[in-house]
Amino acid sequence: MSATTPEVPSAPKQPRTVPAKPLKRRKRIGAKARSSMLLGYLILIGLALIYIYPFLISISGSLKTDAEATQDALGLIPQTITFAAYERLFTREPFALWAGNSMLVAVCVTIGRVLFDSMAGYALSRLRFRGRTVIFAAFIAVLSVPGVVLLIPRFLILSELGLYDTYGGMVIPLLSTAAGVFIMKQFFDSIPESIEEAAKIDGAGTFRRFWSVVLPMATPALVTIFILSFQGSWNELGHFIVARQSPELNTLTVGVAQLVSGQLGAGNQFPLQLAAAVLMSIPVVVLFFIFQRRIMNTTAGAEKG
Amino acid sequence: MSTTRASARPRRGGGIRRGEARAGYLFIAPAVIIAAVFLLIPIALAFWVSLSDWNGFQSPLNPRVNFVGADNYAAITTEDGLAQRNFGRAVRNNLYYVLLVVPLQTALSLFLAVQVNRAVLKGRGFFRTAFYFPSVTSSVAIVIVFQFLFLGTGAVNQVLRAFGAQGPNWLNDSRGVLHIVYGAFGADTAPSALADGGALGISWWEWLAGPSVAMTVLIILAIFTTSGTFMLLFLAALQNIGSEIDEAALMDGAKPLRKFFSITLPMLRPTLFTVLTLGLIGSWQVFDQIYVLGGGASILTPAYLSYETSFNEFRWGQGAAIAFILFVFIIVLTLLQRWILRERSPKKRGFAQRAAARNLSEGGIR
Repeated sequence: MSATTPEVPSAPKQPRTVPAKPLKRRKRIGAKARSSMLLGYLILIGLALIYIYPFLISISGSLKTDAEATQDALGLIPQTITFAAYERLFTREPFALWAGNSMLVAVCVTIGRVLFDSMAGYALSRLRFRGRTVIFAAFIAVLSVPGVVLLIPRFLILSELGLYDTYGGMVIPLLSTAAGVFIMKQFFDSIPESIEEAAKIDGAGTFRRFWSVVLPMATPALVTIFILSFQGSWNELGHFIVARQSPELNTLTVGVAQLVSGQLGAGNQFPLQLAAAVLMSIPVVVLFFIFQRRIMNTTAGAEKG
Repeated sequence: MSTTRASARPRRGGGIRRGEARAGYLFIAPAVIIAAVFLLIPIALAFWVSLSDWNGFQSPLNPRVNFVGADNYAAITTEDGLAQRNFGRAVRNNLYYVLLVVPLQTALSLFLAVQVNRAVLKGRGFFRTAFYFPSVTSSVAIVIVFQFLFLGTGAVNQVLRAFGAQGPNWLNDSRGVLHIVYGAFGADTAPSALADGGALGISWWEWLAGPSVAMTVLIILAIFTTSGTFMLLFLAALQNIGSEIDEAALMDGAKPLRKFFSITLPMLRPTLFTVLTLGLIGSWQVFDQIYVLGGGASILTPAYLSYETSFNEFRWGQGAAIAFILFVFIIVLTLLQRWILRERSPKKRGFAQRAAARNLSEGGIR
């Protein structure tokens, strides 16, 4: 399909200069390409519909009555629009508290990661000290620890340290990631060292050079860390399951998950659940659309290494 | 004073270098302390728990906790009993999950990448966004959406009915898909050859059940949410190949399909391999979805079983043992991936960087 398509734009220009015989051939390829392109579009539009439609009917489902949501799940426009589910989330369920906790944790984790990952990345890239190679190797090893096997270990250490069921226990273990340290190290490796020379000659200390010279140049990498950290901690479920038990410390993921698997999940209160899913997705969706261009390129950059 | 890296040595150069070393330790300290206190030490602690009879009461380090050797590991792997059967079911469920998710998500993401990479495609940005969008939101929200879609009276069954098919009650259907298929051929009960023997506490007949109908929903969910991320990986690789080779192939008169299989696919091999191994590693870690759905034998996975055994049933040693078996298994997969990639390009530095990049993108998926 893709091989023939470049022919299309040039086809209309050809007839004026090219003699009759080749013209025929071109036309035929053009028609074939057009039909294959049409087919390609149809497949893509169909697929895009499959990817997007679930989210659309979730939004519309959250505005339906319980009965209508169960009976007419497919319909895009509710017969009677009701905000009862949303109202209920804020009046009868502690949704606002969960959202507040999620925001607090996500903001703290994001600030921490941006700061600590860039500091560590800078040290590994620029500063010379004994043990640097060993620490670097240790970070590579840490990268391959699968997150899901950390559930029990994290619970154990938080209990030992008396951090279980506290904001500290929810935030501190997430404050730095080996992956983030790597992104920053690699970015600093790509900035020429001569940039710092002038500041060095002026007698600026290491922290000063890091803060006012190098860090401002690292904005693209910092934005990457920012996006990954916010999205990651906002969507995190496992760590908050094992790091706390008080309902007052519920984040959105934990609170909504309990809403679904608990007593409310048994009935047909799908508008309520869908409303929760819609609301909890808003911050990450907004973040995605703000940094859309960058996100699409970020992953590409990571792959190129 | 020399500022080039080659001539810089830690112990020479007087005050500035000494200051630099101090700054270095200071800068790296937060990341190192967090990794040590919340990753390495806890893993060691959990390993101790997996070798002990700790029941969740007081600290696992208190003197009344006994060392029991490999008892916990034996209970879930070799000794007959519920713990072993649960582990066997969890492994079977996850095995079918991996067997279906990994090839399907790889094929779909590659297909999507090739499609949205076409130079003349109108609305490329729209399509890329549409396909990537499910990767953005949390697993909790996605599970809610899927639960709603796959209700007995849900959107999926309504669509199926429009085509004249009667859909099952998806998430409440614990029948194995392959058992249903055997049933269609008249084999409703296990032949004695399959009923008697078995492994990990469940019979061969149960091993051959296939994924439960409920599990197929989670398989579709996984493909739906990860294909966009992997599409971006393939897209980056396709853009690296560039259009010159495409044009050259076109000049030689290669047909599109032929061109894809003889030129594009071989050039994508490193990325293909990355996506396959990332998928393999990721799909052995199914936890969130099972938790939100409240567990259940038909969708049990080792990751969830480990959690449930410890936190709900207070058999901490066994839960930790499951986690460690999973840990070792995933590490072996990771090392295998790195080893094969190292064979391809012997440069050490490149290896470390690529390993980082790969794990980063893995982190992004979760």
